[in-house]
Amino acid sequence: MPRTFLPFEKPIAELERKIEDLRTLQEEGVADLRDEIVSLENKLKLIQDNIYGNLTPWQRIQLARHPKRPYFMDYISYITDEFFEIHGDGCFRDDPAIVCGFGKINGRSVVLMGHEKGRSTKEKIKRNFGMAHPEGYRKALKVAKLASKFGKPIVSLVDTPGAYPGIGAEERGQAQAIAINIKEFAYLPTPIIVIITGEGGSGGALGIGVGDTVVIMQYAYYSVISPEGCASILWRDASKAPEAAEALKITAQDLLELGVVDKIIPEPSGGAHRKPAEAASILKEFIINEIDKLSVVPAENLIKARIEKFQKMGTIKSSP
Amino acid sequence: MFLRRKKPRPVTKKEIPDGLWVKCDSCGEILYRKELARKLWVCERCGYHFKIDSRKYISILTDEFKEIFAELTPTNPLDFQDYSEKLEKDRKKTSLNDAAISGEAKIGKHRIILCAMEFFFRGGSMGSVVGEKVKLSINHAIKRKVPLVIVCASGGARMQEGILSLMQMAKTSATLNLLSDAKIPYISILTNPTTAGVMASYASLGDLVIAEPGALIGFAGPRVIMDTVKEELPPGFQTAEFLLEHGLLDAVVPRVELKDKLISILDFFKS
Repeated sequence: MPRTFLPFEKPIAELERKIEDLRTLQEEGVADLRDEIVSLENKLKLIQDNIYGNLTPWQRIQLARHPKRPYFMDYISYITDEFFEIHGDGCFRDDPAIVCGFGKINGRSVVLMGHEKGRSTKEKIKRNFGMAHPEGYRKALKVAKLASKFGKPIVSLVDTPGAYPGIGAEERGQAQAIAINIKEFAYLPTPIIVIITGEGGSGGALGIGVGDTVVIMQYAYYSVISPEGCASILWRDASKAPEAAEALKITAQDLLELGVVDKIIPEPSGGAHRKPAEAASILKEFIINEIDKLSVVPAENLIKARIEKFQKMGTIKSSP
Repeated sequence: MFLRRKKPRPVTKKEIPDGLWVKCDSCGEILYRKELARKLWVCERCGYHFKIDSRKYISILTDEFKEIFAELTPTNPLDFQDYSEKLEKDRKKTSLNDAAISGEAKIGKHRIILCAMEFFFRGGSMGSVVGEKVKLSINHAIKRKVPLVIVCASGGARMQEGILSLMQMAKTSATLNLLSDAKIPYISILTNPTTAGVMASYASLGDLVIAEPGALIGFAGPRVIMDTVKEELPPGFQTAEFLLEHGLLDAVVPRVELKDKLISILDFFKS
């Protein structure tokens, strides 16, 4: 299977190719290369640990945006036993940039929602690269209310560059739709688990990003503004995005330290796209545990704790 | 060929300049400063509403005002380059600690909690302090059982406080549920400009959302939209009137009528 390598992954790509070549020779019986293969594999592991253990924030963003990174529909197929998609905001249009539906996870009934970026070019265009319009947020709210009416837990997977900045989006109230979702999600009497799986793009992420538990995958990011946007405002130069990525403190570890996420979900070495099934199984285990933990908490306690969680965020000093 | 005259979009960050005469940002009319102040900083020729600071709104809208939560001061949680200096500069310029003033106010015979955002402090952007002031103002309105009025003026979340600024959207919007539960009215007044993270949180969530004429209101900035869609934006796009026409506002009220209208709204809720 052809793989996509990022520039900083070049040494890994080279070594993997070399190992592959040696394996072919071994299989063809040209020579006994087993020792060499083992030694190169050990070297590969060292190089991988070194590269992925020392990623810059910008490199992490590239992993979060990796074209092969698992998307919502991939996770659905790995995680759920069955999935029934619910379309439309009941008013204007079905926004394919956000997918919602009923799912079964190891027998548990769960409402799932998330941004979907789309894999092929055609699908990316259909899904608007995961950038939702107001009707996408309104669909998410419709389905979230349905979940809470019947006491079903909600799992929201966030992966968007941001809410779509377009003419129609403004005409139909992008800001209003997001604002209403933030307020309503904070008050829904059912467990809500939010997982930032890729890009946590500002208000577009927060529109389905308020929950009891908010976690982030190891190579995902969450930011108030894209590093490119920040760089063009600060230095009038979008190519300085790597510096902005550093300054904005948007990696999983930063977010944990700032108290914005509760936990980091580990990914397979090199990122979820290297071993999607393994990434999904780690995620599934977390989701099941979290649902079982939150499902026994009375709804009013959930809401109280959820509001307090967000009320505490920020840093302020008090001076006379 | 006709030269297409673009309607100037007032996005200047400057305050009304000193001097005896002031030029209208919109129509270019030269206006006598004292007269302009008497007209509440609205151009008598074209009706353009000048950007004014939070204290002017307080004096236009209220009969009494006692500031609360003044002690809240921002930090530089991300050690963001030049941020502390920028805060210091705007602190000197506005003599405010951050981009909002809250207070217990009286308007006509009504007691309210008023929170006015300060556009001339970091573009009215919302960081931890603005979010916290809004949250505390909501809680105070619940405690005092009086209506909440927020005068919004903001370019959005404050970049230099990063993700913590984004979380203020959640903090303020989540807290508004408690105000709704207490059945206490919240009136959101949108002034030029109210966009992005502030518009996508408490600014949109008033029981009534009213705007000043001509105010720029929206989610994304016009330049970002133009770069994305690669086409001309429709005339009057993202103005208060445009939003009203699209069903996104409850009313557009000129600044000169704002106080009277606010009093009658408060009367309505009270009786």
